[in-house]
Amino acid sequence: MARKTPNSKAVIPVVSEKSPNGGRIALPVGERRLSFGEKWSYAPAPEAHDYIQLKKRYQLFINGKFVAPHSGKYFPSINPATEETLAEIAEADAYDVDQAVKAARAAYKNVWSKMPGRERGKYLYRIARLIQEKARELAVLETMDGGKTIKESRDVDLPLVAAHFFYYAGWADKLQYAFPGRTPRPLGVAAQIIPWNFPLLMAAWKLAPALACGNTCVLKPAETTSITAMHLAEIFQQAELPDGVVNIVTGARTTGQALVDHEDINKIAFTGSTAVGKMLTQAVAGTKKKLTLELGGKAANIVFEDAPLDQAVEGIISGIFFNQGHVCCAGSRLLVQEGVFPQVIRKLRDRIATLRVGNPLDKNTDIGAINSRMQLDKICELVDSGLQQGAELVQPRLKLPEKGYWYPPSFFTGVTASHRIAQEEIFGPVLSVMTFRTPDEAIERANNTLYGLSAGIWTDKGSKIFKMASKLRAGVVWANTFNKFDPTSPFGGYKESGFGREGGQHGLLPYLELN
Amino acid sequence: MKAMALPRNTNGASAVPPFPTIDQVMVEERAQAFGKRSIKTSAKLQGLKLAISMMDLTTLEGKDTPGKVAFLCRKAMQPMDPRYAVPSCAAVCVYPNLVRAAKKFLGESGVKVASVATAFPTGLMPLRLKLEEVRSAARDGADEIDMVIDRGVFLGGDHKRIADEIAATKEACGEAHLKVILETGELQTYDNVRIASEIAMRNGADFIKTSTGKVSPAATMPVTLVMLEAIRDYFYETGIRIGMKPAGGIRTAKQALAYLVMVKETLGDDWLTPDLFRFGASTLANDVLMQIAKTVDGNYQSADYFSLP
Repeated sequence: MARKTPNSKAVIPVVSEKSPNGGRIALPVGERRLSFGEKWSYAPAPEAHDYIQLKKRYQLFINGKFVAPHSGKYFPSINPATEETLAEIAEADAYDVDQAVKAARAAYKNVWSKMPGRERGKYLYRIARLIQEKARELAVLETMDGGKTIKESRDVDLPLVAAHFFYYAGWADKLQYAFPGRTPRPLGVAAQIIPWNFPLLMAAWKLAPALACGNTCVLKPAETTSITAMHLAEIFQQAELPDGVVNIVTGARTTGQALVDHEDINKIAFTGSTAVGKMLTQAVAGTKKKLTLELGGKAANIVFEDAPLDQAVEGIISGIFFNQGHVCCAGSRLLVQEGVFPQVIRKLRDRIATLRVGNPLDKNTDIGAINSRMQLDKICELVDSGLQQGAELVQPRLKLPEKGYWYPPSFFTGVTASHRIAQEEIFGPVLSVMTFRTPDEAIERANNTLYGLSAGIWTDKGSKIFKMASKLRAGVVWANTFNKFDPTSPFGGYKESGFGREGGQHGLLPYLELN
Repeated sequence: MKAMALPRNTNGASAVPPFPTIDQVMVEERAQAFGKRSIKTSAKLQGLKLAISMMDLTTLEGKDTPGKVAFLCRKAMQPMDPRYAVPSCAAVCVYPNLVRAAKKFLGESGVKVASVATAFPTGLMPLRLKLEEVRSAARDGADEIDMVIDRGVFLGGDHKRIADEIAATKEACGEAHLKVILETGELQTYDNVRIASEIAMRNGADFIKTSTGKVSPAATMPVTLVMLEAIRDYFYETGIRIGMKPAGGIRTAKQALAYLVMVKETLGDDWLTPDLFRFGASTLANDVLMQIAKTVDGNYQSADYFSLP
């Protein structure tokens, strides 16, 4: 790049007149590339997992006991990194679901709703401590069953799981202070259906506030990631949680359907796809059942010219590649102000070349396995549509393992708002990069989506952050960071990203009736 | 002296391209992430040997003598029993008065002599005296000059004077390589570190270096990351590869490996060489050697088994 001569006195030259390459060699433009090769490669650093005791078969957890499914049917749970079957999971049918709801109702009537809040809090604290004690084992299980990296399950998922139980344990005896002048009462039996991207964390998000408020629960984990929920059930047993307060029924869509259709539940909490969310809304219409939904997203991550660029790039990386992009609030639409577009793209290109894809149990792996064959197909299909519609795909050259489900970290440039990859949730490690010129255009483009779960703003200017945040229609707006979670902070969506909030004091409301 | 701000992110005509700002929270988080890489077995041994080859063994005390420098030079040339196949260190770093002694002991070994200069560690002396000090050290045979910037002038906002002093020092160095010490512990903000790095690189620095070792905090991972990122942007812009030297505060093999991971994942393979990355340290060497012995032999030895520098 040729250096321009100063034409303004206001500019302070930081280059002395004497200056000088002083014998230093300058490479021509074409050779100014960084090489991320094999000069010093990391040896494999696998997390030990030989002590992990997987059961051959995981039963249902009903009324404090592990019971076989009524139908006698089981389905396999696959390790997506190896395609090996880890264990068989019981498939609950309508009969099993009915048993679970009955157990939850009895526990609600006879024990849990009568128990003083401080006693409920004791159980939650005990559960939180047990989770911390078994954190490493649970992290390894989470990684084996779901394909996420051990780095993330160890440093993000499990600490947050425990934190959620600790946080809501604290609310259990203080509910009357949360809503001054109102009398909070529990709802009854809560049916909770959770997704496969953060199996234990989503269980904690659902169970902890429900239990703290005095409800009892029937939880249905996602069919590809049920194992850790059953280990959580063992923790409930160890904590001597009264029978029936939490019941866990495993299975696929029919199990979920049976749970949602059950007459004796008071509340449904669902995290998952927008399509299923819409069906649920129809199913509960005209019933007494309360509903909260946390659905899809297509978050805009907005980078202004005055942003701290190197840190913004880190935020872009964690925004889209965290948990293989299997994050409902992932920053999958990158909006870059035109003036810094070339710099950002160059930095992104170099940065994704350093990401390590492979064995999720290796402590140095940055991107693990895609959760299932089905999800991988979905990602590939959407990427193909991006290519067909004329966007340019950037991917690092890397060798993916032969077995298992993998997708390299990728981004698209040349994306416009009418591309499918700019509109549909991809739920994988693929970013769509677009540009904008002014803050108003950034807001318009960011809000131009049917979703509204999260957004990110990168600028060095505080006033701009507040101005933008007030105009973005998204439940969570991160400023100069991304994908940060905390049990004290509410989380939830606008528009087709759902309704209701989880986390923080707001997270109590969906599980209470206020008189 | 008038306090003046540098142009930032102005896309209009300017003497220099805009310097990006630094976000403290994210840069610290990123720097910490490098420390989480798990470096085991063969990678560990290779990394530790690389660290030894990048070391500037340093003695900068008022009580330094040619005798003490002899200890250091011998250690730098052969850090450990030959059976461990450990490379020699990159350089020995001393005060100007000891350059001749160091040169004599090191001979043709290939280990370089680095000399601090320009009224180290404060830089608070008239420029002509500082330049004379540099010329004298270079005449005595120093291969590398580690200069300090005048932090008072920098914080006062006179970046032009800093630029002029660096350019003049580079000229005084002659053939010797110039390392510019920013003393980041006194600049205090990451934005200042970035600006000082830019000024140094644009005025002839071959290396930019964090600290004198006389101020706490000395080198930290986030400060080094800010400087590595400045080096990266300068390389994109000019095609010139600037070296990096964190100095002070790096005491353990584990820390050294984390720094190497940071270099590898920020600037890539080309910077994994003593020509472009150095550790300035006085106590790091033996901890690294101890880890090398452990990795090769399978068990730890006490400090008595490792010669003092």
